[in-house]
Amino acid sequence: MLTYTIRRLLTAIPTLIFISLIIFLLLDMAPGDPTAQLPLTIPPEVREQIRQSLGLGEPVHIRYLLWLKQMVWSEPVYYLSQSVDWISAPDEARLISWQTRAPVMDTILERLPQTLMVVGLAYVVGVLIALPIGIISAYKQYSVFDQAGTFVSMIGFSIPPFFSGVLMIILFTVMMPNDSFWWFPSIYDTTLVIDSWENFGKQVRQMVLPVMVLALQTTAQISRFMRASMLDNLNQDYVRTARAKGMTESVVVMKHVLRNSMIPVVTVIALGIPAIFGGAIITEQIFKVNGIGQLLIVSIQASDVPMVQTLTFIFAILIVFFNLIADILYGILDPRIRYD
Amino acid sequence: MPDGALPVLDVRGLKTVFKIRGGEVHAVNDVSFDLKPGELLGVVGESGSGKSVTMMSLLGLLPSPPADVRGGTVNFDGQDLLQVDAETLRKTRGGKIGFVFQDPMTSLNPVYNVGMQIMEPLRKHMGMTKKKATIRAKELLELVGIPDADQRLKDYPHQFSGGMRQRVMIAIALACDPKVLIADEPTTALDVTIQAQILELMKELQERLGMAVIWITHDLGVVAGIADRVVVMYGGQIVEQAPTRELFKNPQHPYTRALLKTVPRVSGAREERLEIIEGQPPILGASPAACPFRDRCDVAFDRCAKENPPRYNAGNSHDAACFYDARTGAPRDV
Repeated sequence: MLTYTIRRLLTAIPTLIFISLIIFLLLDMAPGDPTAQLPLTIPPEVREQIRQSLGLGEPVHIRYLLWLKQMVWSEPVYYLSQSVDWISAPDEARLISWQTRAPVMDTILERLPQTLMVVGLAYVVGVLIALPIGIISAYKQYSVFDQAGTFVSMIGFSIPPFFSGVLMIILFTVMMPNDSFWWFPSIYDTTLVIDSWENFGKQVRQMVLPVMVLALQTTAQISRFMRASMLDNLNQDYVRTARAKGMTESVVVMKHVLRNSMIPVVTVIALGIPAIFGGAIITEQIFKVNGIGQLLIVSIQASDVPMVQTLTFIFAILIVFFNLIADILYGILDPRIRYD
Repeated sequence: MPDGALPVLDVRGLKTVFKIRGGEVHAVNDVSFDLKPGELLGVVGESGSGKSVTMMSLLGLLPSPPADVRGGTVNFDGQDLLQVDAETLRKTRGGKIGFVFQDPMTSLNPVYNVGMQIMEPLRKHMGMTKKKATIRAKELLELVGIPDADQRLKDYPHQFSGGMRQRVMIAIALACDPKVLIADEPTTALDVTIQAQILELMKELQERLGMAVIWITHDLGVVAGIADRVVVMYGGQIVEQAPTRELFKNPQHPYTRALLKTVPRVSGAREERLEIIEGQPPILGASPAACPFRDRCDVAFDRCAKENPPRYNAGNSHDAACFYDARTGAPRDV
């Protein structure tokens, strides 16, 4: 397993380099001008100078290599030099956002906690609700519970967050009396510092609505998947064997069937994790969560190429990495799969 | 076979129905048989004759719905297994009645090692500690002829061949010293040489451990080799029952006679080597009101379409459910 992991990590390098090239070239070909949002009074020659200062005068391959060097060398070295004192900061300038003039990575790290807290928690909540629903739905197939689960899943699949989000706001913020326990804020306050129980309570309350909207979608997908996987296994011969051995139903289902059913589900869950880091573009917009998704959409609108490139490249790294994690988990859960 | 001994398992009037879309399938109809201690009872019949469903009904192993065990009694250990509570039934399964299934390739859980799968009933029914259960599991693997048992306990099912997996299944079934072992076509999925090995192993274990065995098969050759007594099933009911020798020497029911003819021969003209029984076995939508075999029978007469024949005694602990008396060559006048 270890040699397999190392081999996979090594083969990930050319994959990521190729992905970075594609990302860079695609964004380079995209229309848009970083100076377009500057005031119209700026004369064309000054505009051209601004472009030159952003490094846009160089040919495309030079710009690509410089960006790659900054991305995979300068920035990591910079962060290492911040944490340990025996590495000095690199001489090169940091990767700067065209829009805010702030280092790209600093902005991303600033936004990441909000996204992880809201989207990540929604994912965890969604998965934790989905697994039992899937298990019970499959075990009691066509029961009232299963029908209800199917209905809720259908809603989760088919109602987009820009509808369910607004619906939640109307129900829990607008129509609900302000002093009710069931009133929740519709605006996520990023500046809230959790330094007391009262503020912790506030933080929990402001996370409720976005988490509910996002968890509904996760629950819908994962519970259907779990149900299908359980159904595949419940009719297998080994289940009959377990019953014939005199095992209780809970052992049969939670030990024999569940372990087999979890194999494909764990893969799907692992592959869904990179999307958390991508944030939830629409839901973050609705609830004013100052997260990665919101950062990405604002950067795209402003033609902030370094920011978009970096974010996209980070997603690519995460996707490649979690693919590897999923494969390793597969090998751990299923003894029939051996990579060495 | 200790004749006249009290049976360990006594099944009376068992009836199992499957509910399907728009109707029912009567898979087991009024089946009665008994199993004496230390006896090997062969159950034969073609596919769909209700052999497996009968045995699974005994222990409540059929998924319900669609299956519904409608009636009858299953006396085992002084209790009626169809009436006992779920806990008693669980203790009986695996603890007192072992089950070996047809397909060893899919009957073991692929994600747990065989040691764990053998130890599960030991720890559940006999309350063994992990250490004791490991020792017993090792003994069991040795008992069923798996070499290097210590190492093999840690192996997963996919690391065993088909024959070896069936041996593991037998070890699981034998784990708690059951009084009765039900083997549901245990050699069907195996190739012929492995089949012979498993047959020999089962016969030997049965004699050594003194348990009663029900052996379901559609292979008359297997039955002739190992069974003490044979039950022939057709259309969800028992059509003939006799000690093995008696059955082969003196088959009473036309279905049994036809079955015996279908055993392929190696000599004779090519086209005569393999006889067949024309037609299909019936799928019964209701309790049979007539003989289920009449459409394929060569001696059927008008009474066969009006009544379902009961099992008539033919002497020598032999009975057959047929209105036609094979000994006199004429219809019975009862």
